[in-house]
Amino acid sequence: MVITDELVAYLEKLGRIELDDEQRVKTKKDLQDILSYIDTLNELDTDNIEPLSHSFPIFNVFAEDEVKNGDMRDEVLKNAPESQDGCFKVHRTVE
Amino acid sequence: MNYEIVIGLEVHTELSTKRKIFCNCTTQFGGEPNTHVCEICSGMPGTLPVLNKKVVEYAIRTGIATNCDITTNNKFDRKNYFYPDLPKAYQISQLYFPICRNGHIDIIGKDGEEKQVRIHEIHMEEDAGKLIHDDWEDCTLVDYNRCGVPLLEIVSEPDMRSAEEVIDYLTKLRSILQYTGVSDCKMQEGSLRADVNLSVREMGSKEFGTRTEMKNMNSFKAIARAIEYEAQRQIDIIEEGGKVVQETRRWDDANGESYAMRSKEDAQDYKYFPEPDLPPIIIGKEWIESVKNNLPELKDAKKKRYIEQLGLPEYDTGLITDSIHLVRLFEKTSEICKKPKIAANWILGELLMRLNESGKTPEDIDFDDSSLGKIIVMVEEGKISRDTGKKVFKKVFEENVDPEKYVAENNLGLVSDTATLKPVIEDVIAQNEKSVNEYKGGKQQALQYLIGQCMRALRGKAPAQEVQKILKELLDK
Ligand SMILES: [Zn+2]
Repeated sequence: MVITDELVAYLEKLGRIELDDEQRVKTKKDLQDILSYIDTLNELDTDNIEPLSHSFPIFNVFAEDEVKNGDMRDEVLKNAPESQDGCFKVHRTVE
Repeated sequence: MNYEIVIGLEVHTELSTKRKIFCNCTTQFGGEPNTHVCEICSGMPGTLPVLNKKVVEYAIRTGIATNCDITTNNKFDRKNYFYPDLPKAYQISQLYFPICRNGHIDIIGKDGEEKQVRIHEIHMEEDAGKLIHDDWEDCTLVDYNRCGVPLLEIVSEPDMRSAEEVIDYLTKLRSILQYTGVSDCKMQEGSLRADVNLSVREMGSKEFGTRTEMKNMNSFKAIARAIEYEAQRQIDIIEEGGKVVQETRRWDDANGESYAMRSKEDAQDYKYFPEPDLPPIIIGKEWIESVKNNLPELKDAKKKRYIEQLGLPEYDTGLITDSIHLVRLFEKTSEICKKPKIAANWILGELLMRLNESGKTPEDIDFDDSSLGKIIVMVEEGKISRDTGKKVFKKVFEENVDPEKYVAENNLGLVSDTATLKPVIEDVIAQNEKSVNEYKGGKQQALQYLIGQCMRALRGKAPAQEVQKILKELLDK
């Protein structure tokens, strides 16, 4: 896979970030380097290998259906960039 | 030209668990903004989700009840997108291995014949928060109380051909979700909502037309109207030689039209990848079997049992089983009064009348579920008259009073001890010589008249049967 200028622009859009020209050049190179490195894996034959999503042999970790939290709004809102009327306050965002 | 409408649905239903899907917060509806929120469901860095086991169990239940295959090796995936209703900037969902696949629900088709709507898949995911737009301050306020409430997304194949078929499918699906206890499906609270994928094509064509998606509709009426509108809109475009554009549209029920959502025109690229914070879920045969064995009784089985074992008329059974709320009240009431037929009569008579009067539906019932049973017991045991029972029920329906307390406090109980009744009845006999003689002369109507007089004298506070018994004893002496 080749990282193009268009792809970098598309990723900027998806990530809601804006890079300057210098950063774009650097990002393009970094991403290409990462992909080339990962490409090493393609040298292996993985035809009959199950895809792996988790590297530790743990499964079925559950919590019971019990409510243990109460109202902790004040604590939670300390982490808000801004708050108003008990809500997180953000830039106006309308679909 | 003749057109065929092709519809598939994506239904989201909020599950009736107590706890959210990945944290220890409550799923209770309402509450002040952000009072049901913690560091996990508000997406703070460094926190870890832990899956609520009940969510998996409810998903398996739904899968079994919709004839699906249950996936053995499950995992969650991250669906990445930026929108403030989602504090982590990703939703934990299932893309690659949904928990249920290849099911079906039977509906009544357009031609009146039974037909199958295939279920493509059912997957588990988390709900998002609520945005409140403040025009004055030009900002958006976010409430995460709903964020992390467990959802099932039930995706059908494009097997429906009319608004009626869609409504029948949704009615069947809602009944399954309610009877299995998986969701209360309160549409006003958004616990059942549907996205409608719709296209039209020339009748007989094998190819699908270009489809549009209408998002988040939460009333059956709105869905039916939106389908009619959207089908006609697409047909008009084709008739005029145009092309339907694949897009997401929002239905504006107040104005009766839909419009394209501009934000959704942007490339949708969710960059899915396996959720590293949640280990896989392996569902073995034993787990599936145990869920199957504990599956609550579904609608058809209940209907059959009510008719065959409880002896209820088919029509009454139909009315009760159409609503899970009536079913629950009926079963609780029967359990208390031990007389299912009488319980059914009260529910279909007094309760439905009160609901109609107040413009409410069975899901609005908010009185204590043991109250009706208690009233019936008092009536059947002769502690209160039937009329008093109805009055007490009105009070229960309107103010959720405790019926036993209410009867005691307002002195509504019937007097049935002979010592109290006898002097009053003797008095009536003494004052109605003419009727007494008529009765003794063989005129049965006279007895009815005398009973009426006694009841009047007792101001209705005695059981008529008891009065009749004493009266006859005195007259026949
Ligand atoms: Zn939480």
